[in-house]
Amino acid sequence: MSRLTKAAAAIAATAAISLLASACTGSSESAANDDPNKDVTITFWHGWSAPSEVKAINANIKAFEKVHPNIHVKVQGNITDDKINQALRAGGAGAPDVVSSFTTDNVGKFCSSKAFADLSPFLKKSGIDPAKTFPTAMLEYTQFEGNRCSLPLLGDAYGLYYNKDAFKAAGITSPPRTMSEFKADAVKLTKTKSDSYSQLGFMPDFHGYESTTTHLSAQWSPTYFDKNGKSNVSKDPAFASMFNWQQDMVKALGGFTKLEKYRTTFGDEWDAKNPFQTGQVAMAIDGEWRAGMAEDAGVKFPIGVAPFPVPDDQAASYGKGYVTGTIIGIANTSAKKNAAWELVKYMTTDTDAVVSFANAIHNVPSTYAALKSPKLSTDPAFQTFVKIAQNPGSNTTPPSVNGGTYQLTLQDFGYAYESGKQTDLTAGLKGVDTQVDKDIAQAK
Amino acid sequence: MSTATGTVHPMLKAKRRRETLRNLAFLSPWLIGFTVFFAYPLVSTVYFSFMKYDGFAAPTWNGAKNWSYVFNDYPFFWPALRNTLWLVVVMVSLRVVFGLGIGLLITKIKTAPGLFRTAFYLPYLAPPVAATMAFAFLLNPGTGPVNHLLGDLALPQPGWFNDPGWSKPALTLLALWGIGDLMVIFMAALLDVPKEQYEAAELDGAGPWSRFRYVTLPNISPIVMFAVVTGVIQTMQYYTQPLVAGKVASGVIGGSGQQFEPGYPDKSTLTLPQLVYNLGFQRFDTGSACVIALVLFALAMMFTALLMRRRSGFLSAED
Repeated sequence: MSRLTKAAAAIAATAAISLLASACTGSSESAANDDPNKDVTITFWHGWSAPSEVKAINANIKAFEKVHPNIHVKVQGNITDDKINQALRAGGAGAPDVVSSFTTDNVGKFCSSKAFADLSPFLKKSGIDPAKTFPTAMLEYTQFEGNRCSLPLLGDAYGLYYNKDAFKAAGITSPPRTMSEFKADAVKLTKTKSDSYSQLGFMPDFHGYESTTTHLSAQWSPTYFDKNGKSNVSKDPAFASMFNWQQDMVKALGGFTKLEKYRTTFGDEWDAKNPFQTGQVAMAIDGEWRAGMAEDAGVKFPIGVAPFPVPDDQAASYGKGYVTGTIIGIANTSAKKNAAWELVKYMTTDTDAVVSFANAIHNVPSTYAALKSPKLSTDPAFQTFVKIAQNPGSNTTPPSVNGGTYQLTLQDFGYAYESGKQTDLTAGLKGVDTQVDKDIAQAK
Repeated sequence: MSTATGTVHPMLKAKRRRETLRNLAFLSPWLIGFTVFFAYPLVSTVYFSFMKYDGFAAPTWNGAKNWSYVFNDYPFFWPALRNTLWLVVVMVSLRVVFGLGIGLLITKIKTAPGLFRTAFYLPYLAPPVAATMAFAFLLNPGTGPVNHLLGDLALPQPGWFNDPGWSKPALTLLALWGIGDLMVIFMAALLDVPKEQYEAAELDGAGPWSRFRYVTLPNISPIVMFAVVTGVIQTMQYYTQPLVAGKVASGVIGGSGQQFEPGYPDKSTLTLPQLVYNLGFQRFDTGSACVIALVLFALAMMFTALLMRRRSGFLSAED
């Protein structure tokens, strides 16, 4: 009996503690002194997995190898951020030289921990002025506290998708431009059916796929951190305004409980059963990729695309939206940094490469030159997002030392507030500030 | 053995040394395993819990800050601890009772026993991710067949994985569905109970309950103890099912500018191993992750010690 218990205790202890054992490894930084003109093979990790995307990235790599016949690129797709994190920490021969990530959230971690190499010397050496090459918001999310450890590799912009047939049936002639117009249209488009809906104008709940706190807050042009790096959520009225608007929308469309119940009938965001594509919701906030996905899903109704509405008191700023994108950097453990830089430079700054890749995967180009390129797709829906990305009012969530933790804290409060668990908005936002500052202090 | 002057004979000394070395040689596989897989990780975890370490730069002394952060400032710790304790108490107890019940039932079945054993054992073989996704689909409050059926029977339709009050019971249902492991163990133990004891009890006029209480239970009590201890350990490491259930039910899988909410809904499916992963592998905060790993270790030890103290209740008649 006691043997069994001792063994059980030992197993428990081993299992609990060995969870950490593999994390306790280190990596080292290496200097950029390799010769990029020598015959070399570099490894490139990316997250694209759809056949059309993989085909596009491979074509891009082939084009690079044609220009740089001495640099061979070993490509590894379908890589997640968790894999990237661990590979960068472990280092070694199996670690990548060039890494791209779909999320901008980890740039702060990658830069501050020096997991990614500082690209400033490479940019200088190549005579590239980032400010003249990349749009401002994209420049913002690819650096952290002055350390430019990554560059934008195409971008995403968020806008309003609407069902044109539903608009016509509701007598709406043009997409809403302000939040009050948006609310009126959402109510008009909502059709109830017993204790649920046959069609919902808009899903305002924060779990409604892309209707997150950060995506919606972008329409109020928020400032997440003050100049001292402290959380600014309770001090910037943008956040309170967004939460009040969302609360108002929830009430106007039937209340949280009813909306949440309806939400459970939604299909997966990324497949054909997306609620906008099935007609369950008539308007949605989403990225530029949705148009292509809806087409692939064989959506029957005509789809309209426009910038997401702005607050009534900021009507002049109509056209802006939340922007983000894929980032690319060089692993600090790489012993082939100069060769790796050639690939990064080609993929991020070669106009033809950027344009052809953007056209192929329906993403927004990430350089000024590519955005103006005549070769860029002229599809009206796509061009709407190109314009949102170029809009000077478009904004993003800034990088932080602990990644997207501050966004998670804000979102967590959003869930509590919309469900009525937290009723005091002012106190709640102050609580967000306190928590964000504590988390950052712990990470620094 | 000593000489008259009290000194050990050199030959005896050499013999003892040889014996010690031989014993150590026989023990060495275990000693190496213990050192590499237990002592070293344990010491490292305690060490890193006091260090600031992101996996890139060398660790630096951080005092008790990681401990203070986890206990005072990390908003997910206490909900995760409460959930873990709930699961340990409720899920483990129900699994043991249910596993024993199914074991008893299976041993009594005379018609096609192999078929029933297979039917009850099969769910245990389902991969946890696939099983959880299937349950999330079945228990979907809006479109799932379970709620449709409950609705048709005019019964309340819970929110299951979308309701903080029902998410842990839903996970428990999932755990009970995959009861095959315990069923097999209990079945083997039940078949091992000497038949003559039942016959003697019956002659003494013992009914079914008395036979179970005074014959079956004392005989299988070591197995019950084993099931409880391993159940506690497994529940301490409960990771995949709550994570997948939360992700599927929330509909948010994470991506650009989308933060996955741990423990959806309302932190009700958050468990301590999820925090170890979140802190250690996603936030690069190895120190705080080590603190939580040590809390898990302490809890496992505490539960085991508690069970040991109560062991008299579990001991078989022969012990």
